[in-house]
Amino acid sequence: MNRPDDYLNADYSVSSWLLTTDHKRIAILYLLSITLFFFVGGAAAVLFRLELMTPPGDLVGPETYNKLFTMHGVVMVFLFLIPSIPAVLGNFLLPMMIGARDLAFPKLNLLSWYLFILGSAVATTAILMGGLDTGWTFYTPYSTMFAHTNVVTGVLGVFIVGFSSILTGLNFIVTTHKMRAPGLTWFRLPLFVWALYATSLIQVLATPVLGITLLLLVAERGLGIGIFDPAIGGDPLLFQHLFWFYSHPAVYIMILPGMGVVSEIITCFSRKRIFGYPFIAFSSLAIAALGFLVWGHHMFVSGQSAYAGMVFSILSFLVAIPSAIKVFNWTATLYRGSISWQTPMLYALGFIGLFTLGGMTGLVLATLAVDIHVHDTYFVVAHFHYIMVGGMVMAYLGGIHFWWPKMTGKLYSEWWGRVSAAVIFIGFNLTFFPQFVLGYLGMPRRYHAYPDEFQVLNVLSTAGASILGAGYLLPFVYLLLSLKYGRDAGRNPWQATGLEWRTPSPPPTENFARVPEVREEAYAYGAEEAP
Amino acid sequence: MTTPAHHFEDLGQQREAAALGMWVFLVTEILFFGGLFAAFAFYRSTHYDAFARAANLLDWRVGAGNTAVLITSSLMMALAVRAARLGRRRDLQLFLAATSLLGALFVAVKFWEYAHKAAEHLVPGFDFAVEGPWAQETRLFLGFYFVMTGVHALHMVIGICVLVTLWEMARRGVFSPERHALVENAGLYWHFVDIVWIFLFPMLYLMGAH
Ligand SMILES: [Cu+2]
Repeated sequence: MNRPDDYLNADYSVSSWLLTTDHKRIAILYLLSITLFFFVGGAAAVLFRLELMTPPGDLVGPETYNKLFTMHGVVMVFLFLIPSIPAVLGNFLLPMMIGARDLAFPKLNLLSWYLFILGSAVATTAILMGGLDTGWTFYTPYSTMFAHTNVVTGVLGVFIVGFSSILTGLNFIVTTHKMRAPGLTWFRLPLFVWALYATSLIQVLATPVLGITLLLLVAERGLGIGIFDPAIGGDPLLFQHLFWFYSHPAVYIMILPGMGVVSEIITCFSRKRIFGYPFIAFSSLAIAALGFLVWGHHMFVSGQSAYAGMVFSILSFLVAIPSAIKVFNWTATLYRGSISWQTPMLYALGFIGLFTLGGMTGLVLATLAVDIHVHDTYFVVAHFHYIMVGGMVMAYLGGIHFWWPKMTGKLYSEWWGRVSAAVIFIGFNLTFFPQFVLGYLGMPRRYHAYPDEFQVLNVLSTAGASILGAGYLLPFVYLLLSLKYGRDAGRNPWQATGLEWRTPSPPPTENFARVPEVREEAYAYGAEEAP
Repeated sequence: MTTPAHHFEDLGQQREAAALGMWVFLVTEILFFGGLFAAFAFYRSTHYDAFARAANLLDWRVGAGNTAVLITSSLMMALAVRAARLGRRRDLQLFLAATSLLGALFVAVKFWEYAHKAAEHLVPGFDFAVEGPWAQETRLFLGFYFVMTGVHALHMVIGICVLVTLWEMARRGVFSPERHALVENAGLYWHFVDIVWIFLFPMLYLMGAH
């Protein structure tokens, strides 16, 4: 059949993709790259979950095990989660949601993809050269005095990827400020845009600190200029402060965009205007702001002063308030909505449940005395996987399913979509819920062998991981098949509001034939039923 | 050359976007140097006496001279931006050339200082031969000195490359009073790098001078 000109068939040459400045094509480039890294990081997880099936270290030795979990963490955090929703869905949708033809700086956008590819190539080189064994946190002195692995190469790769993240954030901030369509005031913006804006602020304000910290690490290892070296009066703890000053906010880079996606999906499939719009919008900014003040909760047992610990503990509790505001508002949106159970909605509801559990256990960890018991155990591992995988990956997949018809013009199999959401939800809980128990019982993280009494729970976790892995392969297959066999989606398969649904699917290169004018607030669902 | 890029509605929008983009970029730079300054401030408080002594290894007269060079270059940059706004191409070229030459002089003096330190065996990690009770802290201080001034010098070199490019563009008559966002942005960057030095100089050179 004949399609009108859209961004996908505007030009088929390879160079038209590699030199594109179209935000939609760059989003696709990111989608392909991070999907690759998701499966690379997942493969490492498969290996160490297999090792943990049995108490003794029989499949891999301790050094290989250390390298595997480091690779899993570095790849998943820096090469998948941080770019996931912003660089794929954000890139694709932000200009369309605000009625613009592109981001403010299209060439910079392409540059940020190339920096991502360059950085991830350097990081991959480090892995191929034998990997590194410091954990994704690169703590000194593991990474300086005691590491004999490819720390410098790996760290340089992450350093370069950081610039890609900074440029994306910068581009989004300027775009949101300067490129909005006529009539699109701040309080008419979709909540996904607010979430991206808050995320971008973190990317711009926190990532440079990671950059300089990693540079100091490279200077120490590569040039012998010791700044974290206790032998010359340096303090390894300073590294942890600087690292978490970035990496705690980075956790919110890995959850805020997901919250934005969930806001869009929940309101669409409840056919109801979102409850408490300004509260959700400002809670994103509040989470971003508070995120800069809580880094010390990673260092309760690192010899930080007890008073600092108390302050960081209280501030960490405060983050629960804006997070809970979001959950309550989503729930209130569901109340008396006409809910339909399409795939994106299943993912979004999964997000709410898993994120809530992940957030609540975060409060357990923020409690000083309890943290001393569960610090560095599987409880922590389970907690942040509930946020990052149960939260962010669920939201990412929900968003991919929600906007897939817009991106490709095709509908996927709804039945398989629902199956995948259910399988992933079950597999996820079976993988990580036992880890809460393991951690509470005292099993420390980052060991390849463990006492016999922990085996049952570990086998459960590994079984869950295999279900989870199968669950992730499902969308990979049926989404690809939809490109060939899927029905045409049409402009707006979900009858959603939002400017992105007003253009054809897939959209033309210029997004809109005419720049739209906005006359109403976001989410005018159910307006026709209003008295 | 006076139509906006395809995705902008008009030149005003394009100019505002460019300016905001540059300011946001400078914020990231502040955070980048901020991490370094915070680390230095921490060690300065824990090893105050040793750092004050080690600071005397730096020659404050060279640093002060270089500060004067850099401030003059910032003046030249400001004049270049003014020339671009008024559309005076010849002045613009002149002031851009002056700015980059002064910047190059600064970098040259910096490398002369580095060479001097190397001759005195004061380069941690390569050739470091300080003995005595403060030896380790001196090494830490000089480590900061090289990293901080090195990162700053790298910013200078990037700035000089940008200015030379702008000079070539100005020669070809690319800029006009309506269209010179690049010059404005380069100016912001240059002043920023200048300000970083204004903080580095007293922090590193003048710490022991009392
Ligand atoms: Cu944290």
